[in-house]
Amino acid sequence: MFFRVAWLVMRKDLTVEVRSREILYTTAFFAVACVLVFSFALVKEGRPLEDAAAGILWIAVAFAGTLALGRTFERERHSETLRALMLAPSPRAAVYVGKLLGIVLLLLVVEAALVPLIGLLFNVPILARPLLLAGLLAAGTVGFAAVGTLFAAMLVRARSRDVLLPVLLYPITIPVVIGGVRGTAALFELPPSSEMAGMWMALLLFFDVVFVTLSLWTFEPLMTE
Amino acid sequence: MNRSYPFLVLAAVGLFATAPVLIDLAPYESTMGLVQKIFYYHVPSAMVMFLSALVCGVASALYLFRKNTAADRWASSAAELTVVFGLIVLVTGPLWARKAWGVWWQWDARLTSTLLMWMIFAAYLLVRRFGGPGAEKLAAAMAVFGMANVPFVYVSVNIWRTIHPTTRVVPTLAPGMRGVFWFAVLAFMVLLALLLPLRARLGARREELEELYLMGDEGE
Repeated sequence: MFFRVAWLVMRKDLTVEVRSREILYTTAFFAVACVLVFSFALVKEGRPLEDAAAGILWIAVAFAGTLALGRTFERERHSETLRALMLAPSPRAAVYVGKLLGIVLLLLVVEAALVPLIGLLFNVPILARPLLLAGLLAAGTVGFAAVGTLFAAMLVRARSRDVLLPVLLYPITIPVVIGGVRGTAALFELPPSSEMAGMWMALLLFFDVVFVTLSLWTFEPLMTE
Repeated sequence: MNRSYPFLVLAAVGLFATAPVLIDLAPYESTMGLVQKIFYYHVPSAMVMFLSALVCGVASALYLFRKNTAADRWASSAAELTVVFGLIVLVTGPLWARKAWGVWWQWDARLTSTLLMWMIFAAYLLVRRFGGPGAEKLAAAMAVFGMANVPFVYVSVNIWRTIHPTTRVVPTLAPGMRGVFWFAVLAFMVLLALLLPLRARLGARREELEELYLMGDEGE
């Protein structure tokens, strides 16, 4: 029952997205625009500053993620479909898991386009440890989206939700940014340091476990009016 | 609480009036000299800030899971006090750092985690103020997540090299400084014990007033 509901919610979100591709296109474009803006700040005389590539990658992920979260729940708010989901006789935590999976998949697609671009523009070895890099991105995205989905769902009813989402989300998800940037920077070094990246990866996984647990635990009381 | 209140006020005033004298009499630290005396404000307010954050997190969890509205009032008072005492920490810290380390700010473990914690509770207040109806729950979730976050950030940034002294410094204080330090801690603790219930009571009064207004409107 639980996983079936989660699966159906995710499939619903992805079907809507595949038909319109609105969030995917706008978010991906926004992420690329972020890379461009930050490259002006962090490239000096044609050479990027130390660890700039890793920093820019995660800034783009965080900013684009916020945008995607806002848009996804704006869609649910429009015709009060979130209320309908909450009224359905199914575990609420399953609805949360479904929304979370949908957003994580969307962001992973955006990242799949973003990483080669960063590798190209900043001349960093993205293929040196591909699995570890993919793991860091996946773990970081899950952590970021876990908190983000919870807060975005709660903010659906709030007045100034567009401003409040980043205000709440960024301080809480700083550990993801720290872990992601430090881990990725270790991989982008020459030669790449798998040991350091592995340590940050473990920290990110720990963060994921804590925050997914907390979200599942608090989603029910938070969404009850 | 009502009866102990005048006593607490007297105690806080007495403690804060005597503290500067004691701090003045405390011995000078050999390398930093006069600047080190800011320590008697910096560390106690940091301790009170962490205590107040703890109160906020626990009270928020109580509100979220038990629907206890009194707990919500305590949580919001504690969040305000966390921000106020955090501000004292974040102002006295750089003042001291400028003299001791030569820079106002250093991106190290303690400083970053303190700033982050302060931001989490400032965000809590922002949500409560601008979130509209239902913002109390949102803020409570923020406090619960913030509580879980603080030790984690502390660990993750601890991997960086830190120049801030650790808590192990306190037991090694010179005898002349130790007494004064704990006196200052006591003063700040009493201040917290004074302000926290006072602010929670103010919140309760406001809610009562709000209800009376609503009743008045209905009666017309």
